[in-house]
Amino acid sequence: MQFTLNGSKREISGNSAARLIDVLREECLLTGVKEGCGEGECGACTVLIDGEPVCSCIIPAGQVEGADVVTIEGLGGNHPLQELFMNEVGAQCGICTPGMIMAAMKLGDAPTLEDVKTALAGNLCRCTGYSAIYRAVLKWKGMPEPENADKMVVK
Amino acid sequence: MSAVGISVARKDGIGKATGAARYADDIVFPEMLHGRTIRSTIPRGRIKSIRYDFDTTGFTIVDYRDVPSKNAVDLMSQDQPFLAEHEVKHMAEPIVLLAHEDKETVNSAKVVIEYEEQEPLFDPEKSDVVFKSVEIVKGDVDAALGRDDVVIIEGTYTTGLQEHVYIEPNGVIAVPEGGGIAIYGSVQCPFYVIKALRCLLGSAHPNVRVIQTETGGGFGGKEEYPSMIAGHAVMLALKAGRPVKIIYDREEDMVATTKRHPSIVRHRTAVTAAGKLIAMDVDVILDGGAYVTLSPTVLSRGCIHAAGPYSCDNTRIRGKAVFTNTPPNGAFRGFGAPQTEFAVEVHMERIAEQLGIDSIDLRRLNALRPGDITATGQTLRDDCSAHMVLEEAVRRTDFVKKREAWKGTNRAIGLALFYHGAGFTGAGEKNLKSKARLELTPTGVRIAVGSTEIGQGTRTMHAQIVTDALGIPYETVEVAQPDTSKVADSGPTVASRTCMVVGKILEECSHEMKEKLGGMSPADYYAKNGELTIERTYEPPDWIQWDDALYRGDAYATYGWGCDVAELEFDRDTFEVKPIRLTAVQEFGRPIHPALARGQIEGGTAQGLGYALLEKVVMRNGAMANGQLTNYVIPTTLDMPEMDVVMMENPYPGGPFGAKGLGELPMDGPAPAVVNALRQLGIDVRDIPATPEHLSNCAVA
Amino acid sequence: MKTAVSEMDLRRATSLDEALQILRDEKRMPIAGATDVYVASNFGTLVQRQFLDIWALDELRTIAKRDDTLVIGALTSYTSLMQSHLVNEHVPMLARASGLVGGVQIQNRGTLGGNIANGSPAADGVPVLSAVDAVVVLRSVDGERRVGINEYYTGYRKTVMRPDELIIAIEIAPIAGKQWFRKVGTRAAQAISKVVMAAVRSDKPRIAFGSVAPTIVRVPQTEKILASGGSIDVAAYVLSRELKPIDDVRSTADYRLRVSVNLLRRFWADTADG
Repeated sequence: MQFTLNGSKREISGNSAARLIDVLREECLLTGVKEGCGEGECGACTVLIDGEPVCSCIIPAGQVEGADVVTIEGLGGNHPLQELFMNEVGAQCGICTPGMIMAAMKLGDAPTLEDVKTALAGNLCRCTGYSAIYRAVLKWKGMPEPENADKMVVK
Repeated sequence: MSAVGISVARKDGIGKATGAARYADDIVFPEMLHGRTIRSTIPRGRIKSIRYDFDTTGFTIVDYRDVPSKNAVDLMSQDQPFLAEHEVKHMAEPIVLLAHEDKETVNSAKVVIEYEEQEPLFDPEKSDVVFKSVEIVKGDVDAALGRDDVVIIEGTYTTGLQEHVYIEPNGVIAVPEGGGIAIYGSVQCPFYVIKALRCLLGSAHPNVRVIQTETGGGFGGKEEYPSMIAGHAVMLALKAGRPVKIIYDREEDMVATTKRHPSIVRHRTAVTAAGKLIAMDVDVILDGGAYVTLSPTVLSRGCIHAAGPYSCDNTRIRGKAVFTNTPPNGAFRGFGAPQTEFAVEVHMERIAEQLGIDSIDLRRLNALRPGDITATGQTLRDDCSAHMVLEEAVRRTDFVKKREAWKGTNRAIGLALFYHGAGFTGAGEKNLKSKARLELTPTGVRIAVGSTEIGQGTRTMHAQIVTDALGIPYETVEVAQPDTSKVADSGPTVASRTCMVVGKILEECSHEMKEKLGGMSPADYYAKNGELTIERTYEPPDWIQWDDALYRGDAYATYGWGCDVAELEFDRDTFEVKPIRLTAVQEFGRPIHPALARGQIEGGTAQGLGYALLEKVVMRNGAMANGQLTNYVIPTTLDMPEMDVVMMENPYPGGPFGAKGLGELPMDGPAPAVVNALRQLGIDVRDIPATPEHLSNCAVA
Repeated sequence: MKTAVSEMDLRRATSLDEALQILRDEKRMPIAGATDVYVASNFGTLVQRQFLDIWALDELRTIAKRDDTLVIGALTSYTSLMQSHLVNEHVPMLARASGLVGGVQIQNRGTLGGNIANGSPAADGVPVLSAVDAVVVLRSVDGERRVGINEYYTGYRKTVMRPDELIIAIEIAPIAGKQWFRKVGTRAAQAISKVVMAAVRSDKPRIAFGSVAPTIVRVPQTEKILASGGSIDVAAYVLSRELKPIDDVRSTADYRLRVSVNLLRRFWADTADG
């Protein structure tokens, strides 16, 4: 079975009913793809298939035949959003972060806060309450922090 | 060169965002086996037989007879076995362990266990097995309740189980190495694991070390339970002579591991017509589940906070943590205080309602001030900020105006005032004798402590403290990944103590090191003199007095203070609550790293909102019936309101750079704030989670 | 017990004809976006082991108007439904329902045909199809047949579809009247429904519910009251007798019933003239 993985052609063997996440993590050694629930609920395993965010824990590997698959590793190590996730503390424990970043990849230009929330509604984070994630994503898109939202005052 | 108070670059590096950070399940050792835990499927009974209904070739099988020394998880008590022997006390209790090199083979192995079932006990109010009881007495409550110039107001409040839902499920790997064994795992408290393994293994296996892998969230859920999993992995690894990895899937993690204790809290309060608290009589029952785990300290903290941040001359708090045939409950951010502070804050709102006075005024009249004496007899110092956070929250939310304007609509506003003791209770820190170590390196210094980074920013915050205390560049401070063979035992990463206590020891280590350097830079000193290690032990402030038998004295060295305001909309057709804005005004001394501190408040507030409205563990026959993230729901992006976070400062002289503890404080406020807002809509809620199903009954009643 | 992946077998079809021939010759369960396959295997409720992957059949992804009827290919994803001008124009409540399914990841994979075939009583899209009397187009090597969505389910997760058939499209005739949709889920997003109601207000109101019975249901008695000019109070009473929801881990029978009645009242108020 052949597909494009992070920009390179890749051939894998084995059962095409194997979950894509297992093939990516165990055969392709891309452990940036995280498993949080195994039921498509938490989004930690999000990858892009032909540009669309999907949960790799509920997709049979056979379905990516001929497709273009991008994991967090495919963004390289210095994507601006990666740095922003760290600086804005959009990543705390970090386990949801790769999936969050991959889900954010689909956002268009000049997204509103609502656009960001909707794009990330399929990704659970238990650490941040999401606000810092919005800050990271909006900053990446060159958008200002929403007025009135989450102002921090230190006295 | 200053780092404290600035949101400097985090010591985590970029790995969490690039996928390079290695969590337990990302690590593979040669020859590694995959372990699985076979668990009870009844809540109470005796094991009659165990049958292995599969080809056992290639399997390693462990039961209680393989325990090297003592079959007990060594926590506060030694009542919980690593593997059940003959008796089963709760659903999902570990009985047998399997390991095989193929994950799927081990997962599909069928073990048939026959039981003689016994009648389980699920109702904590019917339990006569008390793990721990607490009584805190101040003044003469009975006499005060009998006064003829007071109104007596009573109420019962309950809170449910809450699951941690760290997004990385529990997991460890046990690796035999050179006569000993190494455990790599997702753990909050590596030295707790060491203690448990010493008890399990006895003197036969002295060389045990625990290495914390990158940890995908904890919130208390990886405080004590990893000791159990590590014991299992170690027994399998010793028997197989090969590394063994045990990673729980989500359902196993939810069904088998600890949760927040459910509570029943009864209040009986005497109050004057003007609202002055005259007597508070509080009873607390916590459902501990089938084994003791940490229930005594959860109860203790819950009881100490049960009278809320209020001054009352006559206070009596009686609590007990009891046994039921359910999976043991354990540590969870807030540790008993979210339960009891929910009760007291909803009760305060009801008092105001019954007296016909403004609940803000009721709080103004009674909230603690410096010089006031708490229920345990502690005289509060200048770092008490109840009034400051209350006034700021009321002011910045335009509370009074909104409350008035929204009358008769489906919008409402409510608040909760709360506090949280930082560090271990009473003499806990003194007895713990935590250590921290600072080591010179060729280029700077290295922090070597067992405190774990679980997302909250331990690494960064410690490095900031050392940077400023030592006066060296932040970039030259490195932080060792906790490996119990290489770092000092700085105590568990719990109880909002990692900054205030461990940070303080590091500050003192830095001062001592600075003196030794005698004006030289670390690099110059190292080049000239070689290695230098400073290790110090924590000494709590000398004024702390605590009597553990009477529960009297200085319960905590200091407290964080908070006032949360919830603004929400209620749908009268569907009984759904939509929080629209949450204002969190919190004082915790001083933020070392404002962005990380803000993240603690935002994240804790989100967990508190989930606790208030969404998160319901459905128990059937003693087991969690909704152990999937589809059915146990935590807030998504679209469930979260806009948040307004305000960090106020009131330094604690005993903390590093004035810092107090922060991690747990934000958990205490959201639930009562939300429920108090619902009261403005005429909905009498006394139980959480306030799910739409529950509210439909409240609203109709 | 979880289903072992090694027990599962997946065969991919590259054309509709090939898919139908495979379904004739082999006992395989068709899967499209697979959003529920591994969920069921985790849960231990997966019955089948042999699967036919139809994800590659792009010919089933078209949305078109044939005469006045809207024809939606079975493999149309929720994302495509949300974005389709035709769907938004013709049956906007279907676009709305699609936007409330799971999160983006699930919307990208879940298909309208899959939503029907899966047969979940909590399906978000099917109550809409039920309220508009959509027609399911089934095809096998022997030919094609059309079944009304309201005749499609015979019981909990049981349908009239034969093992050799494939859902290829859904047809929706022009809808006269105001459309109304409300999903009450376990939370604001990524939620399973506790009550779903889809309805059309016209001389003959059409009202469907999800999550309140073993299948998606219409409420003919309630509809009849409203069609004959009965008051909403009487209709609400009739509805409260007509629905028999159950308790489960997500909600209670009492709540579901109470909310269903409230939604009926809100629908009636929201869609009143003026």
